Amino acid sequence: MFSGEREETLRTGRYLIPILGIAGLLAAFALASGDARAEELAKFMVKDGNSIPQSLTGRPGTPENGRKVAIDRKKGNCLACHAMPVPEQPFHGAVGPDLAGVGSRYDAGELRLRIVNPKYANPDTIMPAFYKANGLHRVLKGFEGKSLLSAEEVEDVVAYLVTLKE
Amino acid sequence: MHVKILIGTAAATAVLAGFSSAALTGGEWGKYQVGDLRSGYTYAAPETRAIQDDDFENPAMLALDYGAELWSMKDGDANKSCADCHNDAEDSMKGVGARYPAFYEPWDKPINVELRINECRENNMKAKPWKYESREMLGMTSYVKYQSRDMPVNVDIGGPSTPFFQKGKAFYYERRGQLDLACKHCHEDNSGNMIRANLLSQGQSNGFPTYRLKWQGVGSLHRRFRGCNSQVRSTPFGYGSDEYVNLELYLAWRGRGLPVESPSVRN
Ligand code: HEC
Ligand code: HEC
Repeated sequence: MFSGEREETLRTGRYLIPILGIAGLLAAFALASGDARAEELAKFMVKDGNSIPQSLTGRPGTPENGRKVAIDRKKGNCLACHAMPVPEQPFHGAVGPDLAGVGSRYDAGELRLRIVNPKYANPDTIMPAFYKANGLHRVLKGFEGKSLLSAEEVEDVVAYLVTLKE
Repeated sequence: MHVKILIGTAAATAVLAGFSSAALTGGEWGKYQVGDLRSGYTYAAPETRAIQDDDFENPAMLALDYGAELWSMKDGDANKSCADCHNDAEDSMKGVGARYPAFYEPWDKPINVELRINECRENNMKAKPWKYESREMLGMTSYVKYQSRDMPVNVDIGGPSTPFFQKGKAFYYERRGQLDLACKHCHEDNSGNMIRANLLSQGQSNGFPTYRLKWQGVGSLHRRFRGCNSQVRSTPFGYGSDEYVNLELYLAWRGRGLPVESPSVRN
């Protein structure tokens, strides 16, 4: 039911409500999925186009592993674009804001949305959606239908970012 | 042949040496800056720029010299060389690097220098086309484009070229790959920013073919396109494909006025 074509309309969350016709029930929430083959990627709720309040796995993530995933070039590769409080790594990018203190600026739900798919908050952003696998164009062989991170990895990164207090 | 260029850039080198690119942002980049347009030269590391400034150090000049040799070598069933039809490249090829890709009526579409070279080989020399990234093709493309060195890039996007230009432009702004990025996200929105250890440039095309230190060799613009596509995990298009020639036309137009720098040196 939550097909890839519909993903476009899910960007801000609020457009979905008339489609579902259950606006009263969902209020400001929209139900979305990172993948048309929804059995593979978990469904999630987008609140006000700014937050995904619930854990994708139903469990809290592990901050220590989140830090590793964020650094790993084949996974988060967050350092490509962000400075982070990770002094042992050289060459931090400056395409996005410094992530030091980001856990004070956003709550867990807001951080989760910005990892799952930052285009909900800023459609023109350069930051990739880390939990989206459909509606992408000309994906290289071997990466089709795959999200950059698994639900567990997203939760681990969120758990790590929450610890980055001012 | 290389000496006249050397003298011309020596003064600029002396001024630029010792400054980091950040310190000079918005500053005076001489011929490598036209208004807001900046050649990839201005984003390259100082040591990289120094290699380009000295034609005797620029390893791409070896490719170019090979191209110069091939210019007068007979080949194919017609037993002709480029020189048999075009005489002295310094005269006949002057300006070609600045105005290509150009509309080619027999094919009803714009073509770039590489495709034009192979058209000459197949039709006029009755010779086998060169492979796109072969030593021969890179050498000849470098040699031909070098005859326009320092001339401002000036492609014609009017008339029959317009729809191809529009396609190239659409390509530039279209998100692609698992990372879902368009050219513009890196080269328009973020030029001047560090992406990990790389300083993002405006992604201008005026220096190609280029000797890239990371490649340890000379490569074409389409090789660069394939690299930029692959790094966002998108399926690249073929060398010399319509998609890339259209993109090449659009990029040349974006960088119009920048000097032809071929063959350049990049990080
Ligand atoms: C290709 C560049 C790029 C990559 C890779 C990237 N980001 Fe971002 N990120 C940005 C940009 C640019 C912004 C600024 C907001 C926007 O554009 O939407 C941003 C914003 C953010 C924000 C909001 C910060 C704020 O202060 O507003 C968080 C949190 C974040 N990124 C975390 C991450 C994490 C964690 C990773 C890796 C898993 C990552 N980013 C990978 C470019 C990137
Ligand atoms: C994820 C970031 C990213 C994207 C998207 C991207 N590039 Fe690049 N590009 C780079 C990096 C990094 C370099 C090497 C440093 C530089 O010159 O900017 C580069 C270099 C180039 C260069 C060489 C410039 C020179 O002077 O040598 C060209 C041309 C170029 N890119 C064109 C493109 C085009 C066209 C697209 C889209 C099809 C594109 N790029 C997409 C990151 C990117």
